[in-house]
Amino acid sequence: MSNILEVNKVVKRYGDYVALNEVSLTVPKGSIYGLLGPNGAGKTSLIRIINQITIPDGGEIILDGEKLHPNHVQYIGYLPEERGLYKSMKVGEQCLYLAQLKGLSKAEATKQLEYWFERLEIKGWWNKKIQELSKGMAQKVQFIVCVLHKPKLLIFDEPFSGFDPVNANLIKDEILELQKQGATIIFSTHRMESVEELCDHIALIHKSNKLIEGRLNDVKKQYRTNSFEVGILSDNVEGLMYDITQKFTVGQTNFKSLNDELKLEIQLGNATPNELLNVLVQRGQVTHFVEKIPSVNDIFIKTVSEK
Amino acid sequence: MSKLILIIKREFLAKVRNKAFIVMTFLSPLLFVAIAAFVGYLSSMKADVKRIAIHDETGLFAGEFKNSDEYHYLNLSTVDMKVLKDSIVKESFEGVLFVPKTGDAKALENKIQYISNDSPSLSFLDDLETVINKKITSLNFQNAQLDTLAIKNAEAHVNITVAKSSGEQTVKGLNEIKIGIGGAFGYLIMMFIIIYGNMVMRSVIEEKTNRIIEIIISSVKPFQLMMGKIIGTSLAGILQFFIWAIIGLSVMFAASTLLGVNMGHSTAIPPEAMHAVQQGSNSAAQMYISELWTLPIATLIISFIIYFIGGYFLYSSFYAAIGAAVDNETDSQQFLLPIIMPLILGVYVGFFTVINDPHGTVATVFSMVPLTSPIVMLMRIPFGVPWWQIALSVLILFGTFFFVVWFASKIYRVGILMYGKKPTWKELVRWVKY
Repeated sequence: MSNILEVNKVVKRYGDYVALNEVSLTVPKGSIYGLLGPNGAGKTSLIRIINQITIPDGGEIILDGEKLHPNHVQYIGYLPEERGLYKSMKVGEQCLYLAQLKGLSKAEATKQLEYWFERLEIKGWWNKKIQELSKGMAQKVQFIVCVLHKPKLLIFDEPFSGFDPVNANLIKDEILELQKQGATIIFSTHRMESVEELCDHIALIHKSNKLIEGRLNDVKKQYRTNSFEVGILSDNVEGLMYDITQKFTVGQTNFKSLNDELKLEIQLGNATPNELLNVLVQRGQVTHFVEKIPSVNDIFIKTVSEK
Repeated sequence: MSKLILIIKREFLAKVRNKAFIVMTFLSPLLFVAIAAFVGYLSSMKADVKRIAIHDETGLFAGEFKNSDEYHYLNLSTVDMKVLKDSIVKESFEGVLFVPKTGDAKALENKIQYISNDSPSLSFLDDLETVINKKITSLNFQNAQLDTLAIKNAEAHVNITVAKSSGEQTVKGLNEIKIGIGGAFGYLIMMFIIIYGNMVMRSVIEEKTNRIIEIIISSVKPFQLMMGKIIGTSLAGILQFFIWAIIGLSVMFAASTLLGVNMGHSTAIPPEAMHAVQQGSNSAAQMYISELWTLPIATLIISFIIYFIGGYFLYSSFYAAIGAAVDNETDSQQFLLPIIMPLILGVYVGFFTVINDPHGTVATVFSMVPLTSPIVMLMRIPFGVPWWQIALSVLILFGTFFFVVWFASKIYRVGILMYGKKPTWKELVRWVKY
């Protein structure tokens, strides 16, 4: 089985409101899967269904080849967007309780906890109450609770919110480490730079419907516009511009550089990059020639505003 | 199942380890004893003696008034009324009884005055009137030349005794004892439901506001969480009662051995009964005790436990659903009122209807309605209730309980994930359909 999770035409209604309209997703094993969408798109509804917090009104979910079953909760780790722990309960006791609810034995849970407390450098916290911890500290505990039972599938809803840059990096490294060990990770986030950095697959949900899904590179290829950023030093700008506008569409652009060159964004249409280069080299010194690849942010905004 | 036990354990420990719980458990018996002792001390204190001046122009009544613990009478017929009235203002007398001089005793009836700046109690005026009536009546008898001795002998003093159809003699005031015992049990259930129901609600709200709820119900079913919470909290409550019972029994035991006091008379026994015990012969007291032993004690205790479990679970489910529906305790008031109402109604019905007519229609109906039956039926049981009625009432109670748990868990399931605005009744109903 190469897919850890398959969501097939899942429907969720709240009264008359349709939160998910026949949404289907395929999450490959071992991937870091970005689940994107504006607020209220239905991401949380979908995550709750995968976690069996709510029941879908239609469709089915296949986890690792089996239809979703109550026993599956032990294979899933969930870090909700709204974090929370029992304030007056001690850290160690609380982690043990939550791990046991996930199906771990007490001995196994203790062993895992000791490992994680050491790893995240919070060994002295075992007997502290959550209310004595700062927000960032509590977030670390929450992260441990989420990964303690070695889940096959990890679902993080805005995992980096509330962390300072140092701890955010720490958590990011832990996530990558977990992926290396074979876990699959679903990310739900608005922070496109972390999607860009971490995810190899993405899906975009908007107004209860899935609009895009696939490997990040494939999606980007699909959204590429075949335009190039060009920097050129030329003595005859007018002649250059004349030549280019004969064949291509030209726009202004800006990028960082040390030279005082002419900066252009050129839309190739059906031409190849070499054809453009041929024109350029005849008229001056090319200092910069890069394909303009759409960022996840561009794709997100373009798709959401089109619908 | 093991998850349910985990939840019960956590809820139980969370309640029991709470400082407020520990303080309440050990402080409230002390507080109770202190209040009881204080009330006892207050009632044993002699009231201030009130001095009543008597200005009797006829000279007939002044000698008739007997001093009591509370009232001292002084014959001041020779002192001028004006001076006496002034002395009331100066508060050397509580009041003045003024008997004017009239032609005959009959004319006196509407002329006698009691002058005081405080309003006298009705029973005090009654006492005054009785003394004067008695004197005037006997004077009238004398004037009519009737044989007062013969009249006295002719007066009847009826004392109705109470017996059962079996011929066994019983004692008066037993009704009051029975309602006292049943009432105590019913009241206990009500208090427990309110205190621990609120605890369940608070704990649900806490999980909601802490936002831990989403983590927990990604591991267990909301129904399991709700039941675990209700059971765990009730165990903490039972432990508390257990501790209280042990403390109470050991204090009673210690007191009775140390002081040699007969602890048989609880304050729950109404004054009539106490009076009868004190006034009557030894046999009357024995009769009370033997009567108490014939009460269906086993039935009472067993049904207390059954009704206690049924009633508590029924109401806690409501409390849990309300806790899930709101974001904070202040928002819960609107939904709590309809829950408290039947409880209070049950206690009122118990004390006002059951005592007069324990097997009447009203009492029987309310002991069947599941929201009031735990209280009303317990009050009826000391009077003897046919077993089929108890069985039916328990059946209805538990049937309703299962329905309410189902209903509450639906609201609970949706409510715990809803934040923000306070839901309306209409929305709650819609949640059940989700």
